[in-house]
Amino acid sequence: MDTLLDVENLWVKFPTRQGLFDAVRGVSFSLGRERLGIVGESGSGKSMTGRAILRLIRPPGIVEADHIKLGDDNLLAKSEKEMRAVRGQRISMVMQDPKFSLNPVMTIGDQIIEAYRLHSAASKSKAHAKSLEMLRAVSIRDAERVMRAYPHEMSGGMGQRIMIAMMLIPNPEILIADEPTSALDVSVQRQVLDIMDRLVKERGMGLIFISHDLNLVADFCDRVLIMYAGRVVEVCEADKLHEATHPYTQGLLNSLPRLDMPTDRLEVLERDPAWSEVPSVSGRA
Amino acid sequence: MADQTFREWLVTDTPTSRRHAKLSALYQGWLTFRSNTMAMVGLGILLLLIVVAVAAPILSPHDPFVQDLGNRLAPLGSEGHLLGTDSLGRDILSRLIYGARITLYIVALVALIAPIAGLLVGTVSGYAGGWVDIVLMRITDIFLAFPRLVLALAFVAALGAGIENAVLAISLTAWPPYARIARAETLTIRSSDYIAAIRLQGAGAFRIITRHIWPLCISSLIVRVTLDMAGIILAAAGLGFLGLGAQPPSPEWGAMISEGRRFILDHWWVATMPGLAIFTVSLAFNLLGDGLRDVLDPKAGE
Amino acid sequence: MSMLQIAGLNVWFGAARNRVHAVKAASFSVAEGESFGLVGESGSGKSTILRAITGLASTGSGQIEVEGQPVPARRPKPFFKTVQMVFQDPYASLHPRHSIDQVLGETLHLHGFKDIDNRVMQLLDDVGLGQKFRFRYPHQLSGGQRQRVAIARALAPEPKLLLLDEPTSALDVSVQAEILNLLADLRQNHALTYLMVSHDLSVVGHMCNRLAVMKDGEIVEIMDVSALRRMEATHPYSQHLLQASV
Repeated sequence: MDTLLDVENLWVKFPTRQGLFDAVRGVSFSLGRERLGIVGESGSGKSMTGRAILRLIRPPGIVEADHIKLGDDNLLAKSEKEMRAVRGQRISMVMQDPKFSLNPVMTIGDQIIEAYRLHSAASKSKAHAKSLEMLRAVSIRDAERVMRAYPHEMSGGMGQRIMIAMMLIPNPEILIADEPTSALDVSVQRQVLDIMDRLVKERGMGLIFISHDLNLVADFCDRVLIMYAGRVVEVCEADKLHEATHPYTQGLLNSLPRLDMPTDRLEVLERDPAWSEVPSVSGRA
Repeated sequence: MADQTFREWLVTDTPTSRRHAKLSALYQGWLTFRSNTMAMVGLGILLLLIVVAVAAPILSPHDPFVQDLGNRLAPLGSEGHLLGTDSLGRDILSRLIYGARITLYIVALVALIAPIAGLLVGTVSGYAGGWVDIVLMRITDIFLAFPRLVLALAFVAALGAGIENAVLAISLTAWPPYARIARAETLTIRSSDYIAAIRLQGAGAFRIITRHIWPLCISSLIVRVTLDMAGIILAAAGLGFLGLGAQPPSPEWGAMISEGRRFILDHWWVATMPGLAIFTVSLAFNLLGDGLRDVLDPKAGE
Repeated sequence: MSMLQIAGLNVWFGAARNRVHAVKAASFSVAEGESFGLVGESGSGKSTILRAITGLASTGSGQIEVEGQPVPARRPKPFFKTVQMVFQDPYASLHPRHSIDQVLGETLHLHGFKDIDNRVMQLLDDVGLGQKFRFRYPHQLSGGQRQRVAIARALAPEPKLLLLDEPTSALDVSVQAEILNLLADLRQNHALTYLMVSHDLSVVGHMCNRLAVMKDGEIVEIMDVSALRRMEATHPYSQHLLQASV
């Protein structure tokens, strides 16, 4: 399997009054044409990892790594201007809440067309046709009407599909999805994931799927990195997630209430301070 | 050693008493403020101004009211008059030093009256809603619709010239923006869960407004007041300049510029020195306001 | 005896053309000591029912009875000694400038308690927060700790009926387990009745005895949790929800 992205020894640090705070501590992994899940609780550094790849950590935050290689290019060596060409063009990102990612005063059509023309010198009519095609690809039936609508007229699930459509137009090599379905209802979640899955497969893209939801990741991804306190504590095949060995992963799984196995008390995760001392596990395939 | 442990006591995240928690929160705020160099410069200038105003009789080399017509319009750095003298031979430096008292007096009075009036009107209007809101906001609109200086002029003209009346006039024209800010803040706070939670404890409107809404509005008002201070000093100076504020021979800075205006081409320092004083203090307030915004903004509290 | 009885409850928002019929003729009752769940997707009106009970949302029509007494339109103070609520987002439900001591102390004061100091300490113990948290401010606490404070505040007036509005949906799963355990313990120790709103069927399945499934403002089905576990939902929408959450 060819490697699309390779991250070696990634650190994200933030200066605080108590000294440097390490949000991500020495994470290494690679991504092929696969669906890679990154799971963890809030504060585990999973979102920071996603943002650091795109160099979206704002100062005073610091990103350090031996390398972040996209193909043969080291992203860390790129200038801000070159990075802008990478973002969207080669790596796209879908955020949690579509409400904050879409411009509220532009029609959806105009935004998609603009995003498209930013990356290719297509004519307006060609961009329009392409946008319609993309909206249909994310299972939006009345694409013509949606093109004329404003973001506030869309439901959450609709908004997220539009975001996915927009992010996939320039045909990126990698899609980073940061909790793309957490703001959505369960029944809509499934649809959005299926659409994302189909598109990623069709185009042979790599997907980094960041989520706090273990079951979702187990269902949806090929490989999973489990993060705790800025480190990867365990790497496993997604379908074997329920056989995970690390006590943290087990604790997370057991703390979920289950319909099929009623208990009086839920298991509470006992955090061992030693977990955050052990060096990060390599997530290379 | 003792110093170190006191510091640790202050930055702890497990305070042991109410007083400890308050002091700790204050100290954290101070640390944030201190890291903003420009704000510290502003604070320094204002502290200096206060010291100067308090110690005016000791600091000033001459009596600010004593005229010496033989030595009128002496230039900068002349014998015994560092900043020269004005058209009546009074020492400009001494007049500036005594003028600091008047400036502080005006600033303090306006800062007490206008934001508090605005806070009251704005929070009541925002929390009560309905016709109370409509009536109060239309009154605010009426005040806002008048040009500020013209309204102040009308008040002073009706009440008579003088510092107190100038302060009153400035306050009357300054409160509507505060009412607007307070109302806007109240509208967002009112619909928040913590207000719903306290309503579920059976708290009345008075308690909710004074204990729960005010503490959150006050910070943005304080910031706004410090940013407006420059404007207030300038408005007071403007009234002084027009002869409707402080009356001669009182050394109010605006009035001093007004006097110096006649000689501005030949004896520029007479108007320039008080102008520089106004500029410095206004700038100091602006810098302080910027720093306070960083400390007090609840959104930055994380 | 039924602790809470709701009959034909309708709630409207907005006026004229923008009017939204958020709750449509909802009827159910919660027995004393029972834990009752309201399940549905966003916009189904489940939270609105809680807000209507507490008087935070004005009701359109219908009857709400607590302990057999009809609730007047303007809730009297004693009402809040019986019914309390825990909000969804612990980051939004605590006043950012009030320390935990202030939050609990003020609540106790409003309900006319005298030995406030002792009670504050007792409440903190009840929700599993130590005394060292007493003088902290919300921004110094984690999400789970904040939710514990919010629960302590709701417990302060010693209520009988606790309304829980998605109390764990903003929390991590491991913290969710702690809070759900705490709520289960409190219910046992204080003989509380719960009305719990959630979008998560497994959470409701864990916490509740019975549940109502809501869709577009209507209650489509009321069933026992044991039926839910056996996947015996009768309404197609409840079946659909069940499929999606297993």
